[in-house]
Amino acid sequence: MMSPAELLNARLQQRRALRSRSIKPWYRNGALMAGIVIVGALVLIAVLAPLLAPYDPIAQDLRNTLASPSAEHWLGTDKFGRDILSRLIWGAQVDLRVGFLAVLIPFVFGSVLGAIAGYFGGWLDTILMRIVDVFFAFPFYVMVIVLVFIFGSGEASIYLAIAAVSWVSYAKIVRGEVLVAKKQDYVTAARLGGMSHGRILVKHIGPNVLSQAIIYGMSDIVMDIMAIVTLGYLGLGIAPPTAEWGSMINDGQEFITTQWQQATIPGLMVVVASLGLSFLGDGLSDLLSPERRK
Amino acid sequence: MTMPEAQPLEGRPLNAEPLAVDPPVLRVANLAKSYDLPTSLLSRIARRGDKATLRALDGVELQLNRGEILALVGESGSGKSTLAKILVGSTAATAGEIEYHGAPMPARRGKDDSRRIQMVFQDPYSSLNPRLTVGAMLRELLVLHSIVPAKQVREESKRLLNLVGLEEDALDAYPSQFSGGQRQRIAIARALAVRPDILIADEPVSALDVSVQATVLDLFATLRRDLGLSILFVAHNLAVVQHLSDRVAVMYLGRIVEVAETAELFRNPRHPYTRALIDSIPRMSAGSVTEAFQLEGEPPSPFDVPSGCRFNPRCPYAVDACRTTDPVLETVAPAHLSACIRASELTELAVARV
Amino acid sequence: MTDPLLSVRSLSIGVTRGSTDPTLIVEDVSFDISKGERFGIVGESGSGKSLTLRAIGDLLPRGVEVLAGSIRYNGTELVGMPRSSRRKLMGPEIAMIFQEPMTALNPVVRVGEQIAEGPRRYLGMTRAESMARAIEMMAKTGIPDPVRRARAYPHELSGGLRQRIMIAMALSCDPRLLLCDEPTTALDVTVQHQVLRLLEDLCDDSGAALAFVTHDLAVVNQTCTDLAVMYSGHIVESGTVREVLSDPRHPYTQGLLDSAPDFDRPERPLIPIPGFPPNVASRPSGCPFAPRCPFVVEACRTAMPPMVTVAPGHGAACIEADRISRELVAR
Repeated sequence: MMSPAELLNARLQQRRALRSRSIKPWYRNGALMAGIVIVGALVLIAVLAPLLAPYDPIAQDLRNTLASPSAEHWLGTDKFGRDILSRLIWGAQVDLRVGFLAVLIPFVFGSVLGAIAGYFGGWLDTILMRIVDVFFAFPFYVMVIVLVFIFGSGEASIYLAIAAVSWVSYAKIVRGEVLVAKKQDYVTAARLGGMSHGRILVKHIGPNVLSQAIIYGMSDIVMDIMAIVTLGYLGLGIAPPTAEWGSMINDGQEFITTQWQQATIPGLMVVVASLGLSFLGDGLSDLLSPERRK
Repeated sequence: MTMPEAQPLEGRPLNAEPLAVDPPVLRVANLAKSYDLPTSLLSRIARRGDKATLRALDGVELQLNRGEILALVGESGSGKSTLAKILVGSTAATAGEIEYHGAPMPARRGKDDSRRIQMVFQDPYSSLNPRLTVGAMLRELLVLHSIVPAKQVREESKRLLNLVGLEEDALDAYPSQFSGGQRQRIAIARALAVRPDILIADEPVSALDVSVQATVLDLFATLRRDLGLSILFVAHNLAVVQHLSDRVAVMYLGRIVEVAETAELFRNPRHPYTRALIDSIPRMSAGSVTEAFQLEGEPPSPFDVPSGCRFNPRCPYAVDACRTTDPVLETVAPAHLSACIRASELTELAVARV
Repeated sequence: MTDPLLSVRSLSIGVTRGSTDPTLIVEDVSFDISKGERFGIVGESGSGKSLTLRAIGDLLPRGVEVLAGSIRYNGTELVGMPRSSRRKLMGPEIAMIFQEPMTALNPVVRVGEQIAEGPRRYLGMTRAESMARAIEMMAKTGIPDPVRRARAYPHELSGGLRQRIMIAMALSCDPRLLLCDEPTTALDVTVQHQVLRLLEDLCDDSGAALAFVTHDLAVVNQTCTDLAVMYSGHIVESGTVREVLSDPRHPYTQGLLDSAPDFDRPERPLIPIPGFPPNVASRPSGCPFAPRCPFVVEACRTAMPPMVTVAPGHGAACIEADRISRELVAR
């Protein structure tokens, strides 16, 4: 077909092309690195809480309440004399755990349902989408609060309530992506290659559609932390005296004029955590969307 | 370049019993495909309006012989892509039969049935999974069909890449690292991985730049010669078809209207539509264009196929009989079929200048 | 000789977004189009042919700008002209036809209205006059039953009819220069034939000049009188269609001719151009075609060869242009 010289030339071109078109390495991605640093630091703080926290976060010291920052209590104490820094550190553990876990369950459940509905279509898809529409008709917070009220307060019921409400988002996102992906020729090619529907869905479509759900999941963690904060504010959250940023903001706001740091610093932590997770989501979306050349 | 020895059906007995006369590798008869378009809920409730039926294919007859390149040409809406999809089994026909080596092809194809007929797609960008390396893509197919023992999978992948003119280092690369022409080669390697004996290529070069087209066309010719593949080449570019194919089938509005060997078809077209197609080709040298075959209008909608000959509203040769009789595909010369009642009156074209 | 209608000189177009050092996509492009001329710009994807055309029509995508050079229309400099006065030229003087009419037509306005808008705005016609003009233009472009079709929305029409609507719209104000960006690539071959004929006839009637961008040499051969071949942002060869196609002097033009199947010479083997075009961001120094060129010599890799006149009205940007002609004869 080609002369040896032409073939050699074409191959040299290919080799050069393979080099020049290689993808930017992940560590050169600014947003991703910022996200990893911030979220990583928070996770580290949460994991090392027993070592980092100078005091027991629930130990009261009624002789030393509402203390201003000092050498002993860097961020002062709250109205029960508990060390705010220690509560902040332990709070990271509770909030991050609840945030991640509350996302994990609906992520898995919603994605699997959405993928199956989108891929096979038919009555299954119709029924699922009607359910999704019903869920979307109610505001997220209202539903969560009602469900927590029904299930009773506590960490487990928060997971359950959030999962019951937010799986629909994942189902909807993944279904939409699957609808697009299943029309791609590479899916037809996989069918012609004799592959089963299950294999195509998991191995060929899955990796191409999950990135959107993962990116959404990052922002959803932020949402869930906010939800926990809100629930804590309404007295439906994590039961006191467990240290948790939401209840700390709630407790501290009484003293905003005298001891501003009591509410502001946990609030700042929420902001930092949100920022870190958003960066992580942005970075992941860069990393996970394959460079579509055209 | 030397081709490693490769028999597409090595060690795999065919389903069909050997016959005295070699049957065509693929034969379709009376194939039809129609789609009922959903009407709106409101009109269904009101029970108004007939259900719209799109006739994509309507009585298609075609055979693909062993080791030939058969071109399928037609304009958009002619149903040529639908036919390709039915032949590979990714869409089911509404009616008609498909025979593979003389035996009927089951409606639901198993792993081994679908292996035998593979496809190369038009768009080299959507036909490769962006998240699989070329090596992973080939490995999956080779392992799934136990084409070679596990130890030889990498060796076989390299052989496939060499077969389509790519180097081994492509194995660890992702599709995004390749140009359109190279992607099309990778897609061809994927189709060949499962050792098919039929390749259906749906406009495989029309998304490529002219200078790249030639290398991919040559690849198809080489594969036919060295592997004995039978290739159905769906295309709209008649110059490409003339260059590559042995026989040509012309489709118009869901039916084959003319079939002949390439040189015969272009020299002596026996259907006015084929004649009009030839006269519409932009030419590099002053051609033998006659004003008699300038078509008016555009192909009618497949929702509303004209009665009689489906080409009659645009045909400069149409007579009254054309509006009532639906002509069938008949032999008008040796190995030359045409569906036109005035086929014998069409004159031979001036021989192309060389 | 009279002044050309359009004169493009040393035009460079580049991406300026996000960097102080712009990436050049079109570099040092010059050509003239005289009144009534049909000028083809041929090249593969990424050659810069469409951007050159869009620069003339002031339709460059966001982030892409004319960096240097001049575009003179009828003696008036267009580069640097205020956008408002430039817009006044579009329609009555310069009109454009796109590859995909669906994206260029307004989906919620009846096609008759869309055609009538130009004459009303630029020729000062009344509503009734402009509608009559629209129907007249539709009839001229061969649309059957124009009175009824004028009330249709774009999505109700077929691709060929939509392309005719675009042509009717472009010609409704009698422009003197018609810019066409692959106007028939999306059409079927019989319809392409009709549309090309129509464009030729209408331009002959009104005396409008045509700038026609395409990747298909055969289409240029049938439609145009003159052409320029672009490769990687440069014009590598230009001249009359007859001259350039019968005696190509640039190895790229020759490669294009050799690699495309020619319907009238079915036995001729196709000779592909090895390799592929350079990435715009990492173009080699010297002649951009050098890495793929069979005639390459050392000097090709140092500087872009200047355009040399090889015959009256026929230029090629190749230092080996004379030798290539001899080798062609020898083949």
